[in-house]
Amino acid sequence: MDTTGTLFMPPGQSTLSGEVDSLFYFIFYMSVFFFVLIVAGTIIFVYRYRRRGKAGLTSGVSHNTTLEVTWTVIPLILVLIIFVWGFKTYMRMNVVPKDAIEIKVTGQKWFWSFDYPEGATTVNELVVPVDKPIKLLMSSKDVIHSFFVPAFRMKMDVLPNRYTITWFEAIGAGNYDLLCAEYCGKGHSEMLGKVKVVSDREYAEWLEKGPGTGEGLNPVDFGAQLYKSKACFTCHSVDGTPNIGPSFKGVYGHKASLEKGGETAVDENYLRESILDPQAKIVAGYQPVMPTYQGVLKDKQIDALIAYIKSLKE
Amino acid sequence: MNNNETANSISFLSEPKGLKSWLFTLDHKRIGILYLGGIMFSFILGGVFAMLIRLELLRPGPDLVSADTYNQLFTLHGAVMIFLFIIPGVPAALGNFVLPLMLGAKDVAFPRLNLASWYIYVVGAAFALYSLHSGAVDTGWTFYTPYSVQTQTSVVSMTLAAFILGFSSIFTGLNFIVTIHKLRAPGQTWFKLPLFVWALYATAIIQVLATPVLGITLLLLILERLFGIGIFDPAMGGDPVLYQHFFWFYSHPAVYIMILPGMGIISELISVFSHKKIFGYKAIAFSSFGIALVSFLVWGHHMFVSGQSEIAAMIFSFLTFLVGIPSGIKVFNWLSTMYKGSISLETPMLYALSFLVLFTIGGLTGIFLGALSVDVHLHDTYFVVAHFHYVMMGGTVMAFLGGLHYWWPKMFGKLYSSLWSKISVALIFIGFNVTFFSQFILGTKGMPRRYYNYLDQFQPLHAFSTVGSWILGLGFLIMFVYLIHSLFRGRRSGPNPWGALTFEWTTPSPPPTYNFKETPRLTHGPYDFDKIAVEETK
Ligand code: HEC
Ligand SMILES: [Cu+2]
Repeated sequence: MDTTGTLFMPPGQSTLSGEVDSLFYFIFYMSVFFFVLIVAGTIIFVYRYRRRGKAGLTSGVSHNTTLEVTWTVIPLILVLIIFVWGFKTYMRMNVVPKDAIEIKVTGQKWFWSFDYPEGATTVNELVVPVDKPIKLLMSSKDVIHSFFVPAFRMKMDVLPNRYTITWFEAIGAGNYDLLCAEYCGKGHSEMLGKVKVVSDREYAEWLEKGPGTGEGLNPVDFGAQLYKSKACFTCHSVDGTPNIGPSFKGVYGHKASLEKGGETAVDENYLRESILDPQAKIVAGYQPVMPTYQGVLKDKQIDALIAYIKSLKE
Repeated sequence: MNNNETANSISFLSEPKGLKSWLFTLDHKRIGILYLGGIMFSFILGGVFAMLIRLELLRPGPDLVSADTYNQLFTLHGAVMIFLFIIPGVPAALGNFVLPLMLGAKDVAFPRLNLASWYIYVVGAAFALYSLHSGAVDTGWTFYTPYSVQTQTSVVSMTLAAFILGFSSIFTGLNFIVTIHKLRAPGQTWFKLPLFVWALYATAIIQVLATPVLGITLLLLILERLFGIGIFDPAMGGDPVLYQHFFWFYSHPAVYIMILPGMGIISELISVFSHKKIFGYKAIAFSSFGIALVSFLVWGHHMFVSGQSEIAAMIFSFLTFLVGIPSGIKVFNWLSTMYKGSISLETPMLYALSFLVLFTIGGLTGIFLGALSVDVHLHDTYFVVAHFHYVMMGGTVMAFLGGLHYWWPKMFGKLYSSLWSKISVALIFIGFNVTFFSQFILGTKGMPRRYYNYLDQFQPLHAFSTVGSWILGLGFLIMFVYLIHSLFRGRRSGPNPWGALTFEWTTPSPPPTYNFKETPRLTHGPYDFDKIAVEETK
């Protein structure tokens, strides 16, 4: 199986990537053949039959049944081969093996979250064991997104009104890019994540520890970690520049003016409410686009985030 | 037919005079030129958007514009290029001018409807410009739900624009169908029609049958936004994927509204500049119809990863491969036409040859996307962007420009600079390939489309592509300069500067308002270069 990457394709890292690449290169070389045929034919004819002086009468040949049947039938056979080949792999991509580990994927503007059968939740980082089929049960909380991992040659739209299902089996440990491929608004190109493929043992350990518990971290550092891993950073900066949402720098202890008019003191309760029920009070000048983290964040994590925000003084 | 070549007949350009005479004209040639003005304006507008997009993508991260502006730019680039430039481009501008002339007719069947279609085009364009001003749309030209239902930008005015423009397209199609049936010259039987006419006919059928579906879809989208009727928005129990089915039911056939007339032009150019009878006349004519019919049944190939059933995907993939075959046949026919010809490399022919090369790449890369498993990887990446630019720009736009340069002397009676036009084709050809070939590789490497920002590993290819856009821009700039220059300073053209055999070349350049002094009678086929000796009258 190809793991080095080629001129066109990035290194293939799933059980099906090799199959996709073989068909890709079959079509590629076939295309090169026809392209060279047509371009060479053009160049030769243009040179050979270039006009010298006045154009006189030319040959009236306008049919050749053998030729015409040939250039209809040969391409037809070739595309039928490609059709069957492509369909076979496509079916394999769509039929999930029985023993697959099921992970729930949620897409929303503009991050991914993953729920594991053991109860863990991660954001923008999908951790999976190598050489195990993984089934993804996907849905969106807002618009359509698309789950795209180039290294696995996999892509599936994530819809707001129904589940879509796909699966993969990684063949090498490492970190692979995950991108959103269906346009979903302002943060579309920031809707990135990683698929982290680890050994069986590491995976078990990671689940054991319970990702995102902040074991051995003080609340501020744990909050800083969550700020990254729970994708707050896609909308909030920590250096004072406003983004999709207000910057966290220096908010604590000040007053926030509200879209509806009036203002409110930014204290612990307000911060907590902003995270769990963002639509309750909308800060003036911003759109009501922040997703709720109800059910995504545990109490301890919310506390840590608040501690982190409090630490970002002007 | 020489009695039509009287030199001192008054050209349609000079009589009657005044702005009013143009705005109320019923002359198909003037309406064609009015369209040409609107289309060129749209092309420049869409082109400026494209240049800005490429400039922003020169480096990763925010440089020139904000993410919101970027999203509006690519939406407007797509919407303007598709609805205002490429769909009306060949039929409404060139077709309007040439079709009645090719049939030896005085005008199209319904001149008033023809003028009405131009006004509808202008109203549609006005809505599109208004939407620019009132918080331009940011949905992509496809207006996918539920995003398009939820975004704050002016979706309604832009979709209304596309809705209105649809009527303009339907009217043109209807007019052409009737014209081709009813107004052919005596002796001009179906198989003696120029292939450009066949292409316009096949296009017109799609225009009339498919465009209403787009109209209904966009209307539903507008109703959804304004009144929340709940057909597409899942928040109200609707189905966003239903929108995709509706949308592509029109927009896939629309791809052929864009390319078929271009193919028609290429048939003319290759035969005339090879001075050779077209190879496989009937194969080319019928393949246009084959394409038109099957094109209604392949829309699902835009949705292979949307969660549609595997059976549906299989059928759509199969039909997609079938619809590709007739295009391949045409390419082989054009190639064979050059065999034993007498080929002159005038500018229109250089465009035709560019078309042949670029369209071949566009067509072959379509095979990758039709193959189900490969499409899963390539869908919604730059590979798709590159593929459709090769087909639409490398195909239709090259054909449009070839046609424009071919009929320009007929339209305005002036010849443009041969040297500058050749320099410009060369720049456009090179610039195009630099810009778009790199995008195939971006796509296969995993770069999704409609990205404001991108991962660092994609930077070299993005920068390369942006440099290509500058070469391309320069080529177009030169083209506009020499074309406009030719209007004022160009040499006068004779009636038949390229030595072609179709009717439009038997009347003076530019033609008189009534086209032909007396209805011409067809005495030979459109490509009988083996029987008729024809003089070039530059
Ligand atoms: C999709 C973008 C987005 C993401 C992701 C996001 N927010 Fe927000 N957030 C906003 C916006 C927009 C506002 C302002 C409007 C409002 O008040 O809801 C906001 C407001 C807030 C406020 C109130 C700030 C103030 O100045 O009053 C807090 C606190 C907050 N977010 C915390 C978080 C935390 C913690 C996370 C990560 C767990 C997060 N947000 C993730 C968009 C986002
Ligand atoms: Cu997305």
